[in-house]
Amino acid sequence: MDKKICTYICTGCGIGEALDIEELSGVVTGEMSQECKTHATLCGAEGRAFLENEKKTEGINTFNICACSPRVMQSEFDMGDDTITIRGNLREQVIWTAGEADEGQEESHKEWLQETASDYVRMACTRAAKTELPEPWEMESMNKDILVMGGGIAGITAAVEASKAGSKVTIIEKADVLGGKANGWAKQFPTSYPYAELEENSIGAMIAEAEADANITIKTGTEVARIGGAPGDFQVTLKAAGTGSEWDAPAKVGVDEQDLIDKGEMEDPNAGLKPYAEANEAADPFGAVILATGWIPADVSEYEHLGYGSNDKVVTNAEFEVMAKDGKLEGLNNVAFVMSPGAEENDEDFPYANSVTSMVALKQAKYVRESNADAKAYILYQHMRTPGNMELFYKGVQQDDGIFMTKATVTGVEGGTVHAKDTLLGEDLDLEVDLVVLAAGMVPTTRDANTINLAYRQGPAFLDLDLFDGYADSHFICFPYETRRTGIYTCGGVRKAMNMQETIDDATGAALKAIQAIESTDRGVSVHPRSGDKTYPEFFMQRCTQCKRCTEECPFGALDDDEKGTPLPNPSRCRRCGTCMGACPERIIGFKDYNIDLIGSMIKAIEVPEEDDDKLRILIFACENDAYPALDMAGMRKHKLNHMIRFIPVRCLGSVNMAWIRDALSAGLDGAMLLGCKYGDDYQCHFVKGSEIANTRMENIGDTLSTLGLEPERVRSESIAITDYDKVPALVNDFVDEIVELGANPFKGF
Amino acid sequence: MTDEQGTSGAILVVGGGISGLTAALEAAEVGNDVFLVEKNAYFGGRVAQLNQYFPKLCPPSCGLEINFKRIKDNRRIRTFTMTSVTAVSGGPGNYEVTLETAPRYVNSNCTACGDCEAACPDEMDNEFNFGMNKSKAAYLPHEMAFPRRYVINKDALSEEGAAAVKASCKYNAVDLDMGTDSKTINVASIIWATGWTPYDPTKMDNLKFGESDAIVTNMMIERMAAPGGPTNGAILRPGDNKEPESFGFVQCAGSRDENHLEFCSYICCMATFKQMTYIRERYPEAKIYVFYIDLRTPGKYEKFREKLMQDENSTFIKGKVAEIIPESDGSVTVVAENAVTGEKIKQKVDMAVLATGMQPSLSADGAPVTLDTDPSGFVNSNPETGVLSAGCACRAADVVTSNQSATAAALKAIQVSRRS
Repeated sequence: MDKKICTYICTGCGIGEALDIEELSGVVTGEMSQECKTHATLCGAEGRAFLENEKKTEGINTFNICACSPRVMQSEFDMGDDTITIRGNLREQVIWTAGEADEGQEESHKEWLQETASDYVRMACTRAAKTELPEPWEMESMNKDILVMGGGIAGITAAVEASKAGSKVTIIEKADVLGGKANGWAKQFPTSYPYAELEENSIGAMIAEAEADANITIKTGTEVARIGGAPGDFQVTLKAAGTGSEWDAPAKVGVDEQDLIDKGEMEDPNAGLKPYAEANEAADPFGAVILATGWIPADVSEYEHLGYGSNDKVVTNAEFEVMAKDGKLEGLNNVAFVMSPGAEENDEDFPYANSVTSMVALKQAKYVRESNADAKAYILYQHMRTPGNMELFYKGVQQDDGIFMTKATVTGVEGGTVHAKDTLLGEDLDLEVDLVVLAAGMVPTTRDANTINLAYRQGPAFLDLDLFDGYADSHFICFPYETRRTGIYTCGGVRKAMNMQETIDDATGAALKAIQAIESTDRGVSVHPRSGDKTYPEFFMQRCTQCKRCTEECPFGALDDDEKGTPLPNPSRCRRCGTCMGACPERIIGFKDYNIDLIGSMIKAIEVPEEDDDKLRILIFACENDAYPALDMAGMRKHKLNHMIRFIPVRCLGSVNMAWIRDALSAGLDGAMLLGCKYGDDYQCHFVKGSEIANTRMENIGDTLSTLGLEPERVRSESIAITDYDKVPALVNDFVDEIVELGANPFKGF
Repeated sequence: MTDEQGTSGAILVVGGGISGLTAALEAAEVGNDVFLVEKNAYFGGRVAQLNQYFPKLCPPSCGLEINFKRIKDNRRIRTFTMTSVTAVSGGPGNYEVTLETAPRYVNSNCTACGDCEAACPDEMDNEFNFGMNKSKAAYLPHEMAFPRRYVINKDALSEEGAAAVKASCKYNAVDLDMGTDSKTINVASIIWATGWTPYDPTKMDNLKFGESDAIVTNMMIERMAAPGGPTNGAILRPGDNKEPESFGFVQCAGSRDENHLEFCSYICCMATFKQMTYIRERYPEAKIYVFYIDLRTPGKYEKFREKLMQDENSTFIKGKVAEIIPESDGSVTVVAENAVTGEKIKQKVDMAVLATGMQPSLSADGAPVTLDTDPSGFVNSNPETGVLSAGCACRAADVVTSNQSATAAALKAIQVSRRS
């Protein structure tokens, strides 16, 4: 695109009153050598008409709007796909955070304000000059089929629902038949009001529907050896269930481990396996993958006082279900259902339990009653977990006078006697029963196996599963389908112990996400959270030193590498956070509208006054997801921010390259801060690892600064929440005060 | 979007809370055209009022910010605030829906500069904060409000207020003659994501809400704890602004009760544990008493419960509250029977928090059109008719489950579009 840039300064919302607009225009037309026009209200109907006319008659295609925050008026300033819009934030970050001038300081206040505004205009002009129009990345070959791993309720639902939207789906199931755990169910929970009666098991009908669906291919007795490739072109090697293959996904081998292997000091875990990056000609292509490999019954033998494994009257809920299904409940006159392991002062449920386990106990108590009208069922619980409409089912079961329920701490099982205390009956209890059923939990298949078997540089499994006890669940409450492996979505028992209705909803949602990932890949745009972003990281490989930082640090495992360690980007796996760009010491990674040179030039565009302790310059890189909005709201609430601060929004702190910090300090700026999202176990970083990685990098740069004779206190990394708008002014203003204490950057002027 | 009136495959999402936003965005990002209709002046719904989500204790506005950004970046979504559905005709694949937009009295010229609010002399109860403070009659509903455009409540505006507000606007954005706007759109399917309303606490005579300032609801606590709330984050007893030294949480206030809501409201146990963290942050020594029937914190929520039950200054009593008695010193006495010990408990506290349940909004406010609902007022989702439901319009659920259900509803809606 042949760029024709013009800067438009809006004088509305008090900007015109607070600033000398003529002088500001002079900055644009003078030192920045760009065209500049002003308007009283750019966002209004007249303003819009004016801008459209600029496009039409003047041929402007790069609109540098110096007005309000980029978080507002997006559609008003969207001039079309063939144009670029840049925003300079004069309202929220300049005039709204200026505060009132101190007594007698009116003149210098005005001067500071003008300087601040001029810098934001300079930065915006620089950004306008350096931004290129992105062109979406196109896949060489595009496959839109969906692979569903696991043929239980979740897998079948995902397949059938995706098919109903027109997708072609392959289900692979390691057993010889579809159906999974549901094949062993006698009956299933009620799904509609009044939630009173158990329903007939519908798995047979579900299997029949999948088998009759022309869009669905079913491969039983089959497993995934490995999945390589990327969304839109996953390369999946299948194998017979239970067999080994040279295409099995290799374990991750780190640099140090490889060293040991090479020296013969460690056994190669991948001996006999094809290298992870090797393409298998015989692999099947898929556009997206749904993992629905479910759960396995939890082992409850660790609870010795309950006697599972040693007392043949003690079974698990899963075993009891099979007994019911096989019609083997005859002769059971008294059955106890134990929902919490009890013992000491412990009121937890069994591990890996959930509300579904409470529901199963209620369901199975009904089996006891249905098989024998004189039989009695005893449910001993700590907390009856039947949320939502399941409460109605619970209430219905309570009506059955052959089912006794009480809160109780089970202290032990001896033979057919269940001992319990702290019951609602006001006394300790010794129940004589024919069978004791333990409400064992449901362990996700992802806890103990790689399951997804990726042939990725970062290894075969999902990451950080220990944060969720092995569940392949999202860490985001708002975005439950997010995984760290783009185009791969999970549903059902691998995410949570869930009932059938929850599973069906979950699997239907996962099917949507798979379709969406494929459609987005086909359009060449990013998926969540930068949905629709057409940019992608481009690598200037000639200067790559194979340091592997980008491949290691990418939170989404988007980068593979060749034998030498040269990165092999997979743009359709990429979420466009820029962590690779931040990682690269050679500064060879960048986006069309966001790169090392662009931000570096913006930093250099900031005017650094000669040594003057009243005019220090502090640069703050603010993450546009949480920190920048918090600053915006600080502006809306008219909190005063120190006039020596200059903010630059970044995609994620992970994208901040330490070269920018060095650029800033060598340009004479006096301090730099990174302001981003919270990290740690309860991370709020939308790119999972970005802010954490940035923090580590900042710790390291502190050491570098010391060796240069600069105080490490001049740089800092802070994390805030989006709601910290009342706290952030003190946070940044205090930082400025500390820099003022340190005095001006000694490199200023060099 | 290509067509103002809708296209044959368009989807209507009614309700712009977390479920509606999710359903709309997930469908639009597949490539479908979506109309997103919200009756309030802002998107975000119930979660916009929450201080934090359990169990991560992260602010909902963080996810809303991303979702709003997704909307701004997606031309397939057309958004309407202050808008309700008033009529639906036709059938799956071809519904004709009438939308009615109430007057905002502020037009699209608004720059959100805030001059009208500053100039407005008239105040009214701040509904967003459950009336715990006042807002101007010309107002931005809250600091995260999207769209960021002011609203005028004409009923709360005096004659001089009207003149002042009009005169203050440099952009000719105030239009007090604005009327109700009506339009018809064509869509293939409709997702009801109308969410929930806190169950009206005055309906439970024994809990005496409204008879003492010391009796508040859990949603009021959310607003108090929010930095942008009526007390800027302080948890104070309304009326006398006392810093409470003791709190009583009254679980199942309206839920699991045939006279009120017969279902379990799913979130209140976890909400109480979360609110215990708000209290601890502000009052490390305050006494907390939780009166419950069951503690429903299954699965991954157990860790959160266990951590908070370690709290030395907190007592958990299995027993439904029989009565709350307002005391003359401004405090209240919570009366209950301990179901395990049989002991009758009368606990005096400075503040009683009613963990009020979630009533489907369509049952609290009345459905604008005939819908297939269950007796509790939850909308039955029907893929055949293309009339679907998501989130808490469908069943009581937490945010994660609501979003799963909304994503599922989006696919069901897309299926209708693709088969028609």
